[in-house]
Amino acid sequence: MTIAMDEILQTIRMVQMENLDIRTVTMGISLRDCADSDFHKMQQNVFHKITTYAKDLTKVAVETEKEFGVPIINKRISITPIAEILGNATVEQTVELAKTLDLAAKQLGVDFIGGFSALVHKGFSKGDETLLKSLPEALSVTERVCSSVSVATTRTGINMDAVKQLGYVIKEAAERTKDQNGIACAKLVVFCNPVEDNPFMAGAFHGAGEGEAVINVGVSGPGVVLNALKKHPQADLGEVSDIIKKTAFKITRAGELIGRVVAERLGIPFGIMDLSLAPTNAINDSVAEILEEIGLERVGTHGTIAALALMNDAVKKGGAMASSYVGGLSGAFIPVSEDNGMIRGIIDGALSLSKLEAMTCVCSVGLDMIAITGDVTPATLSAMIADEAAIGMINKKTTAVRVIPVPGKQEGEMVEFGGLLGRAPVMGVNPFSSQNMINRGGRIPAPLQALIN
Amino acid sequence: MERRRAVVSVIGKDKVGIISKVTTILADNNMNILDISQTILQDFFTMMMIIDVTGNENLSQLRDQLDLVGEEMDLKINIQLEEIFQAMHRI
Repeated sequence: MTIAMDEILQTIRMVQMENLDIRTVTMGISLRDCADSDFHKMQQNVFHKITTYAKDLTKVAVETEKEFGVPIINKRISITPIAEILGNATVEQTVELAKTLDLAAKQLGVDFIGGFSALVHKGFSKGDETLLKSLPEALSVTERVCSSVSVATTRTGINMDAVKQLGYVIKEAAERTKDQNGIACAKLVVFCNPVEDNPFMAGAFHGAGEGEAVINVGVSGPGVVLNALKKHPQADLGEVSDIIKKTAFKITRAGELIGRVVAERLGIPFGIMDLSLAPTNAINDSVAEILEEIGLERVGTHGTIAALALMNDAVKKGGAMASSYVGGLSGAFIPVSEDNGMIRGIIDGALSLSKLEAMTCVCSVGLDMIAITGDVTPATLSAMIADEAAIGMINKKTTAVRVIPVPGKQEGEMVEFGGLLGRAPVMGVNPFSSQNMINRGGRIPAPLQALIN
Repeated sequence: MERRRAVVSVIGKDKVGIISKVTTILADNNMNILDISQTILQDFFTMMMIIDVTGNENLSQLRDQLDLVGEEMDLKINIQLEEIFQAMHRI
């Protein structure tokens, strides 16, 4: 046999017991040619293009998953940031377009469609302004449409006018969906340094440098890494890094193979592999538990950032060796509501909002799926975004904010979002105001790229 | 035609007739077994077979039949294209 029995068994164990999966196969589609001065024509163009390009996406993904015996959890679509094709469309029309996207996603059987987005890190174009105004309503009347807004980059600085406006957007989106615990906010990410080929939601969009269509694949496997570490309780931290690296390598190879097969069968170029440890609420499928396995009593205690830095870097190293085209966000996600270990850390008082912020300096994204008290002010939300954007801008990395101010909920209460989005304990925010700083508006200048200490 | 191979893995509590049932299904589907290995670990029966599936574009019928036997005999039977193991364990 060219493959040893224990290797076959290892793969089967990873899939069946340790939740190894292809988290998402995401088809990126350019909608630039759909722009039209007649709104209804544009609406038709968009619907037609998406439903034509992606008509076999779900079918092929399901076939491939069966043949290789590795589950593909989500089938998704990312599109050109919608603000770029809006032109003179009105806010009402933009909401209609969101519904069109939702309909296309439902018809195709894809889980999410990302790219109801705007890139405003330097300033607003007409389309950007329209899109931002439409966001609270668009996100509350659709189910599968995801939005992201880029408010900062290392090369442009932080657009504080956009940051200010998004505080109101998040607040209003939460209010509009107060019957569902503010779920609309779970579909909105505010970015610093976003990547153009991210297959993960809610932040996926088909960037300006991308081609006509592309297949990007996101693989995940916190459970596999956790189980690998459990076998080596005495290993020193260099060895821990090595174990994570080797595991990440195998996971990435599986993802790359399946991504390439799906791309070939759909006749669309393969873009990138994004190896991100993205937790789910399944037992042992937790990033926090990996950190605890490294040696922390609870996630959030002293040492958490060091452990996370080690893990994030090892994941990238393993992934980079395994695939020719690693891209997206590749690293570790730390969404609170989707990670049982993080939830426990907060309930036990080990993990605070400040610590989560600090963790975003060394992990792949930012403040993610965090429920906060419903009475938070728009200015405080804006200030949280500004802090995260500053971390990303200075450290030349992607950071993001996806927080949910849950209407009517107080600190310590538990809220359910359902499905993959999980549940989260409501966290309190700093009671002191940031209003005056946010009211100043303007742009925080781009940082120096030298003198970097 | 490019050669296509798949790995059939059978795991479960040991009992009479496992190999016979599984191989009968393979023979009925006209699939040749290229390699077979089997062990019993602490009462657990583990069998791996490499089979030739060249020309069989759709494995879902075979999968359904194997699932049926799996349920009947309380076994976990998987069929997966060999490339996944090559990708994960070979450089």
